[in-house]
Parts: sequence; C-alpha cells; structure tokens
Amino acid sequence: MQDLMNVSYDTQIPNNVGLSSDKRVLKALEKWHPGYINWWNDLIPDNFQQSLVYLRTAVSVDPKGWAKFDYVKMPEYRWGVLLAPQVEDRKIPCGEHAGEVAWQEVPGEYRNMLKRLIVIQGDTEPASVEQQRFLGLTAPSLYDMRNLFQVNVEEGRHLWAMVYLLHKYFGADGREEADDLLRRSSGSEEAPRMLGAFNEETPDWLSFFMFTYFTDRDGKMQLESLAQSGFDPLSRTCRFMLTEEAHHMFVGETGVGRTIERTCQVMKENGIDDPYDVDKIRSFGVIDLPTIQKKLNLHYTLSLDLFGQEVSTNAANAFNAGIKGRYMEHRIDDDHKLTDDTYVVWNMEGDQAVQKEVPALTAINMRLRDDYTRDASGGIQRWNKIIEKLGVDFKLKLPHEAFNRKIGVFSGHNFDPEGKLVSGAEYDAGIPNWLPTHADGDFIQSLMKPVYEPGQYAGWIAPPKVGIDNKPGDFEYVKLHVA
Amino acid sequence: MTEKTIDFQTDPTKYRHWRVEYAGDVANLYMDVDETAGLFDGYELKLNSYDLGVDIELADIVQRMRFEHPEVKVVVMRSAKDKVFCAGANIRMLGGASHAHKVNFCKFTNETRNTFEAAEEDSGQKYICAVKGACAGGGYELALACNYIMLTDDGSSAVALPEVPLLAVLPGTGGLTRVTDKRKVRRDRADIFCSIEEGVKGKRAKEWDLVDEVVPNAKFDEIVDQRAKEFAAASQKPTGAGVKLEPLQRSIAADGSLNYTLVEVVLDRAKGRATVTLNGPDAPAPASPEALHALGDQSYLLRLARELDDAILHLRLNEREVGLLIFRSQGDPEGVLAHEKLLLDNQDHWLAREILAYWKRVLKRIDVTSRSMAALVEHGSCFAGVLAEVLWAVDRTYMMEGEFEGDNRPTAAIRMSPSNFGPFPMGNDLTRLQTRFLGAPEQAEELKSKQGETIEAKAADALGLVTYIYDDIDWEDEIRIFMEERASFSPDALTGMEANLRFAGPETMETRIFGRLTAWQNWIFNRPNATGEDGALQRYGTGIRGDYNNERV
Repeated sequence: MQDLMNVSYDTQIPNNVGLSSDKRVLKALEKWHPGYINWWNDLIPDNFQQSLVYLRTAVSVDPKGWAKFDYVKMPEYRWGVLLAPQVEDRKIPCGEHAGEVAWQEVPGEYRNMLKRLIVIQGDTEPASVEQQRFLGLTAPSLYDMRNLFQVNVEEGRHLWAMVYLLHKYFGADGREEADDLLRRSSGSEEAPRMLGAFNEETPDWLSFFMFTYFTDRDGKMQLESLAQSGFDPLSRTCRFMLTEEAHHMFVGETGVGRTIERTCQVMKENGIDDPYDVDKIRSFGVIDLPTIQKKLNLHYTLSLDLFGQEVSTNAANAFNAGIKGRYMEHRIDDDHKLTDDTYVVWNMEGDQAVQKEVPALTAINMRLRDDYTRDASGGIQRWNKIIEKLGVDFKLKLPHEAFNRKIGVFSGHNFDPEGKLVSGAEYDAGIPNWLPTHADGDFIQSLMKPVYEPGQYAGWIAPPKVGIDNKPGDFEYVKLHVA
Repeated sequence: MTEKTIDFQTDPTKYRHWRVEYAGDVANLYMDVDETAGLFDGYELKLNSYDLGVDIELADIVQRMRFEHPEVKVVVMRSAKDKVFCAGANIRMLGGASHAHKVNFCKFTNETRNTFEAAEEDSGQKYICAVKGACAGGGYELALACNYIMLTDDGSSAVALPEVPLLAVLPGTGGLTRVTDKRKVRRDRADIFCSIEEGVKGKRAKEWDLVDEVVPNAKFDEIVDQRAKEFAAASQKPTGAGVKLEPLQRSIAADGSLNYTLVEVVLDRAKGRATVTLNGPDAPAPASPEALHALGDQSYLLRLARELDDAILHLRLNEREVGLLIFRSQGDPEGVLAHEKLLLDNQDHWLAREILAYWKRVLKRIDVTSRSMAALVEHGSCFAGVLAEVLWAVDRTYMMEGEFEGDNRPTAAIRMSPSNFGPFPMGNDLTRLQTRFLGAPEQAEELKSKQGETIEAKAADALGLVTYIYDDIDWEDEIRIFMEERASFSPDALTGMEANLRFAGPETMETRIFGRLTAWQNWIFNRPNATGEDGALQRYGTGIRGDYNNERV
C-alpha cells in the first residue's frame, strides 16, 4: 500500500498518486516534461535560473507540515503532482447528481465539459509566470524576489497538476491539450493565453502585488469551486493547490500593505497631511495613495471580468452536472440543486442598471463573483487600518462593480467608480482620476530599481514584519548567481 | 414570442448587426451583432448569435453586393467581436419560437447560405470566411457556405457543430450535408466532429478538411488580406458601376393584400388563399445593356423579380394560414420576351447576368415554398420565357381554352424561349421541363423546337405543358372545386406530398440540404427530446440537461 500522504521522489516527477506503478501516465508525463523544462528555461532571465532561491517545496499533503524550505535552483525545483488526501465515501456535492458517490473516473457525458474547465484553469497558471518573467530584474529586495519566485514555481506546479489530470483522465485529447498549454503564451500574437487578463504584462511590482491580491484571488475562487467538483481527482488536486494559493494572496496583501505603509511613513516624516499632494509625495520616492487607489480600481475590475457573463449557460451546466460547485458548497444550507431558486443579478435595461432575480442555476458566475468581492474586501479594511494607524486621512475602497468592465452587462457603458452612469465627456474627464495613466506608470517605473543587498529594501516599500520561515531580517533569501 | 409582421426589406442605413467596408475589388464583411436588437423580445443576441433579423440583413448585403457592388470580386466574412466568430443561431430565440417560425427561419437562412455560396459560380464573387474565435453551430454553417475557410491557429479558435450533444437537434442550415458533400469530410471523422461540443481546432481542422487553410495567428489578418487579393486578381468577373436597389414600392391593405408596381397579391384569409398576379412590362425593353443599366433597379425583369421575391417571403412568414398560392399573369408576352432577350443576349454584361441569376434564385424560392401552388393561364396572360417557368414550378397548371363570354383579351397561350432550356435550373440541377418529363427525356428535348411558338390550350395540353384545360363552361367550377378540395386536406400532409413530388430526379447537395432539413430537423423539432418541456432545446441555458426518452424511433 503506497503512502498517499507523503510524496514519492522515486520517479522524475515527485507525486503522491502512485505514478511509479502507473506506467502509462508516467510515460506520458515524462514525454511532456522536457517541453516544460524548456518553457521554464526560456522564461526567466538566466542569472536567476542559476541563483539559489530559498523556496518551499511540497513534501507531503498533510496540512500540519506539508512543505520544507531550502535553497534550490529554480530549474531543479521538484515540480510534483500532489493531490489532497482522498475523503472517504465522498459524495457529489451539487447538481442533479448531488448525493451520489463522487466520480473517481471521468463520466463520459461530462468529459468535454471537464476537459474544458481544466484546460482553462491550466492555461492561467503558466500565464502569470509569463506575465511576471522580468520582475526579478527590479525586485525591491531579496525577500520580495524570493516571494516572486515562490509564486512562480508554484504556479508552475499548478500547471503540472492540471497536466496530470489531462494525461491521466483524458487520453489522446488530453495529451494534445497539455501540449497546447505550453504552446500558448501570454501576450503572444501567435497563440495568446485564453483569458484576456492573462495576456497583459505585469510591468512593475505594485502591479504584481495587485495581481496576486486580486487576480490570484479569482484563481482562488475558481479553485474553490473546482475543489467542490464531483470528479474527485479534480477536487483533490484543487484542494491542495489552495494551500499554496494562500501564500500568493499573502504576498499580494502584504506587498500592497507595505507599499501603503511606506508612503504613509514618508508623508508623516515630511509633514505632508494632504494625501492628494501627489507631486510632493512622489518627490520623496513613494507612491501616493490616490495612485494606489487607481491601481486597485484597475486590477479589481479586470479580475471581475474573469468571472465571465453574469448569466451563464456554461456555468449552469457545470454546476448542474456536479463538476463545479459554489464557494464553500458544503457549508451552504440548501438543496444544492437550485432548480427552483433565484439569485439577484445586475442587468441593463436601456441605460438603467437594475438588479433582478434570475434562476439561481444560471447565476452561478455572479454568485461566485459576489463571494469574491466579499473575500477581496477584507484586505482593503486591513490596508485602511495601516493608513489610519499612521494618521493619514485617506480610505481605499473597492470601486463599484459596474466600473471599467469589458465583459458582462456593464461593458460598453460608462460608469464611474461609484457606479453612476456618466456621459462620455464626464467619463473621459474622470478616467485620469480613476485609472492609472501612462504618466502614473512612468512614475512607478522610475522607482523600480533593484535592491539585491540582504536585509535592504527599496525606498518605496516597507520591510515585512516577519521573515519567511521565520528567518531574520538580513537573511539572504536569494543567493544571486553572478556570471 | 409575439406575432409581428416581419419585413424582409432593409437597407444599409438600418443595419444593426453587420457592417461592410469596401476596398476596391475586396469587401470586408463584419458580423457585429447588436445583442439588444433581436427581432423579438425575450432573448439577447449574445456572442454574435443570430436570429431571422440578422439573417435578413445578411441576405440584403449579399443581394446588394451583387447589384450595387459589381466591382467586388472577393468578400471576406469575419467577426468584429473579440474571441468569437459566431455562436450560431440564438438558442433562446429557437426555444421560444413556434415550430412554424423555426422552420421558416431555417429555410430562409438556408436560402441565404445558398445565395452567397453560389455567388462565386453565378457572379464571380467569392466568399472567404476568416475565422478567429469560437465558430460554432450556425456560425460554422455560415463558414461552410463560404467558398474558402481560413482558421487562425491560436491554440483556441475552433470550428464546431455542437447541436447534437448540446441541444438535441441538428445543424439547421445544411451543416451536416455540407460537411460530407461539400467538404467531403470522412464520415467517421464527421461523426466525431459532430459529437464534440468544443469542435476541432488548428492543424487537425485542416487535416480533416473542415477548413481550407490554417493560418498562424500573428499573421492571420495579413494572410487573409493577401488571399483576398490573390483571389480577386485571379477573377475574370465582368464589372461595372453598380445600380442602387431602392426600397420597393409596396402597400399592404388591411385584409393583407399587397400591391407593388408589377405584382399584386390578393388575399382571401377566410379561404386560406392568395392570388399572385404578375403583370407584363409597363415599358418597352431597353435597346442595349447600357440602356438597361441606365434604368437602374427599374428595368422590368429586375423590378418584377424583387417584387415577387418580397411577396413570397412576406406570405411565407407573415401569412402562415394562407395554404394555397394561385399564380396568374396579365400583359404582353412579346414584351416579356423582348426584355428577356436583352438579358440572354448580353450575358457577358454583369447586370444582365445578375438579373438572370436573381431569377434563378427567385424561381428556386418558389420551388421550395411549402404551400400548395397552382397557376392559371388565362386569356390576356403573359406566361412567356422566364415567366413560363412558374407554370412548372407550381403543383398544377390550369389553362383557359377557347372563347369566354364577354372576354375579349388575347387568347391564353404559352410561349417558350431559351429561358426554359437551361438558365434557370432547379435545385436538382435539371430544368423544370426536364424534371417534369423525367420519364420522357425526348419530350423535353423536342419542346426546344417549339420555342417562339404561340402555344394555345389544346397544343399545350398535348405537349404536356399544363395539367388541365377548361373552356368557358367548366373553368370557374373546376377551379373552385380544386381550391376547395385543397383547402380541406391536412396542411402537413400536403407539404410533405408536394415536397416529395416537386423534386423528382437526381439529388444534389442543394436538394439534400433542403430534403434532409425537412425530413430530419422538422421531425426532431417536433420530438419531446428536443422541444418537449424537458427537452434539451427547451432547457438550454437553464443548466439542466434534457431528459431523453431513449426509445429509438
């Protein structure tokens, strides 16, 4: 009997799924592996590939101690295939099959739907690594650089996780899709990533933090809903991915928080009370709060678009089929079928945004998006506490969900961040105050100078409260390779 | 879905869903469906999905392309929307539509597909379909009807016919038939293709002949433009300055009767019948193609074709309980032949060629109209040449024989011309006379020698050109009895019977498309597995799957 809690390192691919006795899948994965390594090697600048990075590697799926930390060169990172432990006698949690025994093999009737969901999820994982590939060159500290690389290798592992499912359960089609996951590439004209938000470069570190806070949180919500899947291997994969995802959100929240903290400190040190005294604040080399609000507006609204149409047949089908649940499905007290329930969604009637009830099944996306917004608002409050504590009179907030939307009912309409429909002229006039301008981008870019001394931080960001793995402040998180 | 009058007339100032950019001999046709502008309430045309209104615009564009833009040699159909080419017919529209509307919708879209498909052969206008993004169901059927399909290889754009797995219906615009008969996709591959929702992308789409060319994404627009230019350069199409198609002069009376300049339709709703009168020329034939061109859209045969086409479409969609169409004509047969001769003698002139090609389409539209149809060859009629084709398109033809009391119009006669021996084939690729005399091909041949003759009733009867000839004593009564008898039969049985009898002879892709649509899709549209309360089509969008009765029928 194999040990499914701990990870087997006896194959090229660490895993807890008994790969060494599953020759067919092992062979397929080993065939895919070189392409993956090439992808990775071509991706991140070479001197970082050669550097020793203090990374955590999953060695177990036991929640009490699943990772160990050590120096590792990224190309040698052991990207493994790890599934959360199987829950005995697990049932399909939702949809028309609710209460039936969870599937251990792909049900033929839902094969294509499942494959599509896995491919879309899989496509986002390497995409973010691609978007962030040059950030190492401007890291504000070795601590942050290490966090970036940790996020990167784990997104890489998440790709592995999806590729494993494709190879194991979807036959020749699955292998083809797995190859295409390496063929598509963020921002590529040739074969772009599937979702729009994953084709924009992450140009600076504030964008990176915003991305990990807002966009990775969309990823988290998607994983949460796939973790509810009646297809047990998918559920188990996603449950384990979520343990890693928490760190990504942490990197985002603390990254933005430290930026805010530094800005407020510098304002206080220099006697600036008006947070809108932008030029003066910037002259001290920190990012003013209104600009941070603009970045927040941008990333939050881009992330809302990732939830798709408010009313969606695909989402309804997936829920009813039991292959994708709602956030925390098991904690929801209803029949988990939703055949007669309704849910309130936005719609445009003429020029009027109205909320109306629609069949709950069709509003699965909207519901997940609402859960997302609740989840995302927690960090905003904590950021505001930092501002308040440092005595600055400013409050960050989430813009209205109608603002700056490209997908869904609000797209094509001009809403301001308060959710008020405005004229084209008002919109044009407001935009420089609502979304980052090119000039804002230039300014932020001007601050993006690398700091590679252990324990040192760029002037625009405060050091973290505690180190990773409880390491001291001057710990050398990355031993940079000097060619 | 509420009943409302559907108008088939539109023009570019009214388009909501398409846009055309003309660039010399290439036209770029962008599908950009306005989701809020559906023909009926109750659905949104998301993801470039379409309803009849979208297709009416497309038909108008295709028609104007031929007449107003003869300089165009290549039309590139593409999507103006990101990520999606076209998601096909709108499913909520189909789910909410009556059976009759669904069928009429499918038929009209079929005719439109056939029209742009044939544009290359008829007019030298070649349609390229440039597919970027999802191209599913009716979206791929739009592509299939184009002459050349290009698909971007971006790792996600795919072509698909997901009707069977998703909706429990068939691709309604000849999709399956075009996959096997036009693109000649191997049947087992076609079986796979039609069973998977997400379709086929990239190189496999080319390997399986689902598309003609797979193009690297970064170079897609460039290569599409290049192909368009190449095709245009290779085209021998005659060109000239276009003629503008002005709005038709049409009035609709309270009783539903229609009045155009050359066509009158008198409706008797109580009796379920419409009498369509085609009037002869109201002006002499132009002397030259240049003179024809100078008349714009007002030349006799063009105007008559447009009016007749509109009348048929109007009756089909808006007067669904009118089960019997009676065609008659009045006017100068020599005039008709003179107008026709100018076109037949000048087929190298683009406009003459277009008007003839248009008549081919209008006559085919009559062929596939699922109403009982009869023609009355009365005194004073002008069933000559192209107009005589109507006599053999309809189910029965009655002709007046001898003198009628108090009627001093010229004696009823039929006149044949080269029009009846080639330029207007039916969907089966035979002329109407060849189809009529399928068992006696020599008869169809022999009739050629009768061209130009004035064939009165007895001769027409002997030649087999008409069903019955009646004199003054019997005429009125026999016609009345025929019409009353017809009205007493089941409309469904009649539709089936007539469609079976009209298309004798060989099958072509076109007949198979209509025949299979009629037989299979209409059957499926009536089965609970698709359209029952728990059927897949009805449930589509709710997230709940169709509940199937697994009995094979």
